[in-house]
Amino acid sequence: MEGLNYVGAGLACLAMLGAAIGVGNIFASYLDGAMRNPSAAPQQFGNLIFGFAVTEALGIFGFAIALILIFAV
Amino acid sequence: MRIATDPMHQFQVSKLLDLNVGGYDISFTNSALFMVIGVLLVIGFLAFATSKMGTVPNRVQSLAEIWYSFIAGIVKDVNHAPGKPFIPLVFSLFSFIFIANMLGMFPYWFTTTSHIAVTGFMAIFTIGLVIVVGLMKKGLGFFKIFVPSGVPFVLLLIVTPIEIISFLSRPISLGMRLFANMLGGHVALKVFAGFIPSLALALGGLGMLMGGLLVMPLIVGVTALEFLVSFLQAYVFAMLTCVYLNDALGEAH
Repeated sequence: MEGLNYVGAGLACLAMLGAAIGVGNIFASYLDGAMRNPSAAPQQFGNLIFGFAVTEALGIFGFAIALILIFAV
Repeated sequence: MRIATDPMHQFQVSKLLDLNVGGYDISFTNSALFMVIGVLLVIGFLAFATSKMGTVPNRVQSLAEIWYSFIAGIVKDVNHAPGKPFIPLVFSLFSFIFIANMLGMFPYWFTTTSHIAVTGFMAIFTIGLVIVVGLMKKGLGFFKIFVPSGVPFVLLLIVTPIEIISFLSRPISLGMRLFANMLGGHVALKVFAGFIPSLALALGGLGMLMGGLLVMPLIVGVTALEFLVSFLQAYVFAMLTCVYLNDALGEAH
């Protein structure tokens, strides 16, 4: 059973997949909207960054689990 | 050669001055040194920029004004009028994180924000402040943020626990985001840089040349990206502080 925590840490990297899809979606939708109505785009920049940060946090939780599996288990 | 290729070596905290008070180890470390440098830089710059103030600002003064009005703009956009007393707090948080991130970009300098002890404390302080301000402004009505209005009672049984969990995970995500971004970026930089000595060891002089030509542009690109991340994470931290403060200051939703 030795070393299985490294496998778990590798599996935790799958969180990156979800975060990548989510962050990609956010920026794609923002650009989509900004191209249709460029004059309304600057006011939504704050919302863009907020959505990006909240989505990215879920990927980072995966990173935290990987760190715990390697260093703390 | 071993030190140069170990990506985690840059995060080691080393004691510069041994201090022991009442059994507690409060030694002055390289982490503390770079925090002090960062704070002194911010205070020094702002004191210098505002020493000769004019109605028509000179170059240094307008830089300080852009800096301040950028943060004041975020607070005004998110919190409106009730957020005004919190502009200095958000400004201090942003400036400290931004300067710490930027100092960390110098090779062989220490990145204070790449330690969860630092970022976690700032996150817990922020959420603690939200709770204290919320209780002071609204009393027990502050806990209405866990019970959204206009939701049927049956759904509340599910929504309220979710709201409580999401509130409790805020300090974790706020601290982890900054820490993980800075740590991840610096490790990636060091790993890419480590390709050059590995290639040189494997292929000799040819490897050194290949490493220089292929890896170096990559490192330059990633470093540029890291500068963007340094600014963006400070901005995100400041903005999330405002958004969380809105729970304490704004109308119930």
